[in-house]
Amino acid sequence: MNDLTPDQTARATALKGMGSSRKRVEDARFTQGKGNYVDDIKMTGMIYGDFVRSQYAHARIKGVDTAAALAVPGIIAVLQAADLAPLGLHWMPTLAGDKQMVLADGKVLFQGQEIAFVVGETRAAVADACELVVVDYEELPVVVDPFKAMAAGAPVLREDLAGQTKGPHGDRIHHNHIFRWEVGDKPATEAVLAGADVVAEEMVYYHRTHPCPLETCGCVASMDKINGKLTMWGTFQAPHVVRTVASLLSGIPESSIRIVSPDIGGGFGNKVGVYPGYVCAIVASIVTGRPVKWIEDRMDNLMATAFARDYWMHGKIAATAEGKITGLWCHTTADHGAFDACADPTKFPAGFMSICTGSYDIPVAYLGVDGVYTNKAPGGVAYRCSFRVTEAAYFIERMIEILAIKLNMDAAELRRINFIRKDQFPYQSALGWEYDSGDYHTAWDKALKAVNYTGLRAEQATRLADFKAGKTRSLMGIGLCHFTEIVGAGPVKNCDILGMGMFDSCEIRIHPTGSALARLGTISQGQGHATTFAQILATETGIPADQITIEEGDTDTAPYGLGTYGSRSTPVAGAATALAGRKIRAKAQMIAAYLLEVHDNDLEWDVDRFVVKGVPERFKTMKECAYAAYNQAIPGLEPGLEAVSYYDPPNMTYPFGAYICVMDIDVDTGVADIRSFYALDDCGTRINPMIIEGQVHGGATEAYAIAMGQEVAYDEMGNCMNSTLMDFFLPTAWETPHYTTDHTETPSPHHPIGAKGVGESPNVGGVPAFSNAVHDAFRSFGLTQSHMPHDHWRIWRIANQLGLHE
Amino acid sequence: MIPAAFEYHRPKAVADAISLLTQHGDDARAMAGGHSLIPMMKLRMAHIGHLVDLQDIADLKGVTIGASIRIGALTTQAELINNTALTTAAPILKEAALQIADPQIRNVGTVGGNVANGDPGNDMPGLMQCLDATYTLTGPRGSRDVRARDFYQSAYFTSRKDDELLVAITFAKPVGGYAYEKQKRKIGDYATAAAAVQIAASGGRVTAASIAMTNLSDTPVYSAAAGAALVGTACDAAAIKSAVTAMLLDINPASDNRGPVEFKRHLAGVILGRAIARAFSRA
Repeated sequence: MNDLTPDQTARATALKGMGSSRKRVEDARFTQGKGNYVDDIKMTGMIYGDFVRSQYAHARIKGVDTAAALAVPGIIAVLQAADLAPLGLHWMPTLAGDKQMVLADGKVLFQGQEIAFVVGETRAAVADACELVVVDYEELPVVVDPFKAMAAGAPVLREDLAGQTKGPHGDRIHHNHIFRWEVGDKPATEAVLAGADVVAEEMVYYHRTHPCPLETCGCVASMDKINGKLTMWGTFQAPHVVRTVASLLSGIPESSIRIVSPDIGGGFGNKVGVYPGYVCAIVASIVTGRPVKWIEDRMDNLMATAFARDYWMHGKIAATAEGKITGLWCHTTADHGAFDACADPTKFPAGFMSICTGSYDIPVAYLGVDGVYTNKAPGGVAYRCSFRVTEAAYFIERMIEILAIKLNMDAAELRRINFIRKDQFPYQSALGWEYDSGDYHTAWDKALKAVNYTGLRAEQATRLADFKAGKTRSLMGIGLCHFTEIVGAGPVKNCDILGMGMFDSCEIRIHPTGSALARLGTISQGQGHATTFAQILATETGIPADQITIEEGDTDTAPYGLGTYGSRSTPVAGAATALAGRKIRAKAQMIAAYLLEVHDNDLEWDVDRFVVKGVPERFKTMKECAYAAYNQAIPGLEPGLEAVSYYDPPNMTYPFGAYICVMDIDVDTGVADIRSFYALDDCGTRINPMIIEGQVHGGATEAYAIAMGQEVAYDEMGNCMNSTLMDFFLPTAWETPHYTTDHTETPSPHHPIGAKGVGESPNVGGVPAFSNAVHDAFRSFGLTQSHMPHDHWRIWRIANQLGLHE
Repeated sequence: MIPAAFEYHRPKAVADAISLLTQHGDDARAMAGGHSLIPMMKLRMAHIGHLVDLQDIADLKGVTIGASIRIGALTTQAELINNTALTTAAPILKEAALQIADPQIRNVGTVGGNVANGDPGNDMPGLMQCLDATYTLTGPRGSRDVRARDFYQSAYFTSRKDDELLVAITFAKPVGGYAYEKQKRKIGDYATAAAAVQIAASGGRVTAASIAMTNLSDTPVYSAAAGAALVGTACDAAAIKSAVTAMLLDINPASDNRGPVEFKRHLAGVILGRAIARAFSRA
């Protein structure tokens, strides 16, 4: 080195690599209204399609009169199931191995189901025509309760499955049954329960809600009849999967299908699946030869595209008198609605619900899940979580609290004595997972100290005494949660969706002047991939993040990957990025060695350059290596500097965290004020602390919404009660609590950079923290379980049923 | 959510608006801020052939403060909030308006539209009943005045005729303490329960009290008996309880996503009790 060379720290800082709170490069366009979303796409000759949807939750379709609709000026066609049947497209496979009607085939099974697809020159004409399509319904009995659906005399919902006793996930035991999935050792668990000092038992319901991204689902399909190429722009969280499915459904070769995900306004699992709108837009484009746009409105989105949760989790937890947990038993009734349209890895019909032993060393466990059809919208997607991980975390974190009540123990201490210890990792869970790493005690103690847990409990006791003395009508709740996630699906040996292995990919081109382009198989929906993946590459290759362009979402250019959901982008595509970067560096090292006339092994990497060991003034920067790669004949090396990496993870990653919520509850009005919310996250190596903090704020806010008011409810007739944002709770800045974020850092031992993923942790951990705070406020009055959402009237009802009103 | 086609009219004078309403009859609707009507049109629950947009009618705007207070129907909620003279004269208006929706909506939503639409969820109708306001309606047969307390018949049904416009709201300058207490699920929501209270007091005793409740029946509910229960008392716990008991006889809430009837009745009592206590403390 010489005097003009900045020191290592200065050069590392200039790269804005891993660990830098680099500002999001996406925000310049998003904050100025200059994003390019699917509804911004305009094409010459583009026409529009929209659905006539069912008013009823269960009805036979006796006829559909389209004459008046077709008479509306500008209307081109009204597609029905019979029009799609010759193409075999009136039904489509779901990602869960079930099949789903694209357009009503003889009957409808949920309110909002697609009956006909109206295609016309303008959106206004299509809206007019949809209103004029007359559907002749014959109402059928409606089942919205999964337990009633499994009764002997329950109405048959899926007539198409009549007589089929085998489903894609094993035996069907009832005409409304989808699958039974069992993990663990049932006899051993039941033996432990039978002989335990203490058993706590409860039904824990995680209600039905909806991801409700700000941008709804939609697409533009364009079939070019000249070259036979289908191009489709859409709100796809997994564009490559959509291409493969589209090819399998249509018979068009994948080479003639181009799927593009432009900017996406939030996904949260809602945009993983394949929806009837995509199929109908493709068919309409093939029929008309013109680009066809389909965009959901908010009601369509809330009523018809994939919901989340609706899990009835019956739990039993056994412990010694001292509180050491000895066994966990869970039977879940999973309400999937009319079609099983989950997007779980195929071998996991209940996703990773088997992570329900949580952060605890539980020697024996059993999980059984029965999937059930009802007259509700199809789905069961992972709303800002890895597959069914929020359900699992909510279940175990409620069961711990319920056990603490039964043992008359402090719930923080009960957790502490049951945590998997640091020295037990890698830890084999009773339900079959190998937890890669963790340090729960350190995180827990840090969290309890940060919030002054002892002081909070003392204050709570004083408040309780004042309440009982009639001095206040406010109770204080302390909501604890220590969650363990399982993300980064996943190893191809056990994770695939419809046979597509869940690896991911990164392809890098270093340009001659030392800037770079990297493309990945994932797709950002607001996560900031263009920012963070560039940071990984900056650290790996020594190219400043500001000079690295990240591209995703165009299947014609991006390498194949399984997309973005389940916090898999950093664990899987992030690893591919690091490894592709290392391939670049390996070639660059050979180039540098040639240029410096030394052996490869005589060089060492120093932030952005290769330095001759012991001779620091002799070096070649990555920028110099890149130029030489293209412009200098180097014996034995091909020109160019490119790399591609496909990464099949050896294991999942297991982020964890400790969350503590403090709330004050007005027992007379049911209003809960969130006084504080502390979130400690351990996501392994931290790539961009600012983005992590933003992710925690966003995920915790969705958790707040879900726990405190957000739901999709149905009346007995199957009418959706929350189909607009007036009744579906999305918190505004006004309702959103203030968050205090914190972290510990336990890198994943098997991940190239030790990163674990974080986007979904705050939702997974936040929901139990909020819900436990509500329960905790009423613990001393005997409350053990009250189902979410904890909106005003339900909290009031708790107080009312506990006799706290006059 | 796209409305069916409609003709758009933008008259500059009340007479022109009345003439359009007369000419098109049932097929025409007047629109003030549009925050109730436009969503109904987009949902195709309202089919309007002729939309008569009132926003260019200068005569419908403005606030006049004298012995009584006159508010033009097209005055926005934001204008109410920002009118310091009005806040001095009738502070309950600002307290209530700040609890309506959010700033963007308050910039467009009008007091006239809020009271004339007949939506039981709206906050201003109960408030105007509390203030014993008078609505001035103008139609082809001239103008007439209707008390807010007599105006509401059932949800979306009022004593306004289809060819009449609500042009102004007038009420005597209120005296004493005030409170508009509202519980809602979130910003932008209608009340789960809300209470408008004005209390005049002298020597620690209530001399006059006016109470109206929002979104607890299919109309706003002016409860004369609840107010009467406070008069002559020191507004102590027993008096508040009497007022609440009287009010509960006058409301008839329905179960909805905000909660069951039992909860709403209980909450109505809590909210009214708090409103009375706050109003009395300011009296």
